[in-house]
Amino acid sequence: MAAQILSAIITIIVGVGGAIAYFWGANKLLDLIFPSRGVTGMTAVDNLRRQGLIRPWLFIGPALTILVIYLIYPVVQTLYLSFHDRSGENFVGIANYSWAFGDREFRNSIFNNILWLAVVPAACTFLGLVIAVLTDKIWWGTIAKSLIFLPLAISFVGASVIWKFIYEYRGDGQVQIGLLNAIIQFLGGSPQVWISLPFWNNFFLMVILIWIQTGFAMVILSAALRGIPEETIEAAVIDGANPFQIFWKIMVPQIWGTIAVVWTTITILVLKVFDIVLTMTNGQWNTQVLANLMFDWMFRGGGDFGRGATIAIIIMIAVLPIMIWNIRQANREGGL
Amino acid sequence: MANARGKSFLAKFGVHLAVLVFVIIWTIPTLGILVSSLRDKDQIIASGWWNAFSSSTQTEAGRLPSPETQVEKDGSFVIEGNIFGDGPARAVSAFGLRSAAPTQYPAGEAADLSDGVTLIINEDGSFVLTSPVAFEGTRGQRIYYASSAPPRFTTENYETVLFSEGIGRSFINSLTVTVPATIIPIMIAAFAAYALAWMRFPGRALIIATIIGLLVVPLQMALIPLLQLYNNVALFFGVPSKTYLGIWLAHTGFGLPFAIYLLRSYMAGLPKELMESARIDGASDFEIFLKIVLPLSFPVLASFAIFQFLWVWNDLLVAMVFLKTDASELVLTAKLNALLGSRGGDWEILTTSAFVTILVPLAVFFSLQRYFVRGLLAGSVKGG
Repeated sequence: MAAQILSAIITIIVGVGGAIAYFWGANKLLDLIFPSRGVTGMTAVDNLRRQGLIRPWLFIGPALTILVIYLIYPVVQTLYLSFHDRSGENFVGIANYSWAFGDREFRNSIFNNILWLAVVPAACTFLGLVIAVLTDKIWWGTIAKSLIFLPLAISFVGASVIWKFIYEYRGDGQVQIGLLNAIIQFLGGSPQVWISLPFWNNFFLMVILIWIQTGFAMVILSAALRGIPEETIEAAVIDGANPFQIFWKIMVPQIWGTIAVVWTTITILVLKVFDIVLTMTNGQWNTQVLANLMFDWMFRGGGDFGRGATIAIIIMIAVLPIMIWNIRQANREGGL
Repeated sequence: MANARGKSFLAKFGVHLAVLVFVIIWTIPTLGILVSSLRDKDQIIASGWWNAFSSSTQTEAGRLPSPETQVEKDGSFVIEGNIFGDGPARAVSAFGLRSAAPTQYPAGEAADLSDGVTLIINEDGSFVLTSPVAFEGTRGQRIYYASSAPPRFTTENYETVLFSEGIGRSFINSLTVTVPATIIPIMIAAFAAYALAWMRFPGRALIIATIIGLLVVPLQMALIPLLQLYNNVALFFGVPSKTYLGIWLAHTGFGLPFAIYLLRSYMAGLPKELMESARIDGASDFEIFLKIVLPLSFPVLASFAIFQFLWVWNDLLVAMVFLKTDASELVLTAKLNALLGSRGGDWEILTTSAFVTILVPLAVFFSLQRYFVRGLLAGSVKGG
């Protein structure tokens, strides 16, 4: 253990030192090859121009290299693999895609993913908005927000353990140690095995993500609400609007842009949801989702890279509209 | 007027109540595992954690000492002792002789077995079994009893998971992964962000657009090709394919788009005059970056560091693909996932392990919430 800590510390020093050495050394080298000081007239101007041409690439080089290896190449390669067999060697055309749409488990995953997409972003955004509005009005709102925000720091696996404990099932008539079944039993119902309850078990898994992400929606929307000009609300109050009208007709329209951002952010997260399903059910009892199915195919029976890649591409296709919207949005805001 | 005031009081009360309900719903799950992790492991299964502060009652089966321990007293044969032995003191409320009726007799009352044999179990667990004739056989009498134990809190579970369940080792592994995977991308991204914000060169707009596009690329896309790449590189150089270096670089790659995006938009907002006056004074880009931009960017660097730290610490997918699954490289999230499979019903292990894994994120979260929120707000302008 001590050896591991030591080697980690050494690697950190070497890695960080290496990065510093690269940036410093490369810049120094550039100054040496094309000196701009100590030379006269045209040479200095020429060298400055050459420096200006090269230096940005020194700065951005490492980042570009890593992005190409870790993101751009894989995207291309995944597309390539999706048209090949399990070993990635033989071209199989669209066989993987036609397999996917004929596969019961795949269709089940698509159905569940759509269910997740329909419920989770909406629930998080709505609850986040309601809590943001309510906490703005009370003196202990900051503390309340802090506590609701807290699950965001918890890992999906940790959250799954937390909720598995809540859903814990003991036979009818026994002492229930799971909170949900204890409440059900207290109210006179009979305890259920929540995570294998057909169809509804999906919702019990979604609750975990909603529990985690509502804090995110709340924080962003709360900041947006504070940006609403007071006068618009005051004017509505004078005109005799009730709180619900103020909320729906004055506040919500003014923060529409932020709501869209929160919604899409959570949508992307939902498409990638993996940890919760893996730890809670591993896709059993019809709770499979695409991301977990893909992981499954990566390693199932030694791994079928063709099918795994196909599922990854399908997740990517679902994200694509959001990606394009993002780039256009950034373009319009003059970010480019 | 009075009516209006009454209505607004009700509305105010309703707001407080609603927020309180939300706060309770959102905190109770975490509270549950915290309380459970500190409870005695027998009590966790005997009663819900919300009863942790009252005595827990459980019904157990046991066996009295064998007839060899009998003594003859006043003409009858007696076996005496305490059903709890030297264990922790508990209070017996009732006992029985058949599994169908485990609480047939209240504590302190004499139970009639056949042939004049009587058994008394007192509240403190002491018992007297009396018989007019000598007990025979080698096995003691089977008994059932309901006992309640006072609430008992202990740190035993933490000792168990940290030192014998391997959570301690995984904790170190997680740190080994997380710290470099947080530091490396910051340096690389900071230089790139500066170049994209303040340097003019062809292709700049295209690179920025690409990075914004890469923000939302699902991690799943990268896994298979990178796994293949790592395997090939490992084969070529004769080194293991699953290493800490491999996962550091993977996390760096996956974190870079967000890092560059976040840092660039912050750096682009710094006052232009600062850079220009420094340039007139003869400072090079490298000096401007190091002496002006980097110190001014501290808040956003802190935001990203927290983000990346939490993301890497909480990650399961990347760790499962790029690290070995033996004790030397199993990180906390993967360990917890493995425990869910192997120790499924042992809630004292699971709740304690879960709490250990969320301890660091919670500490980071509470101490640096300001930066975290700021990063969240800045980052949410985009979609990932």
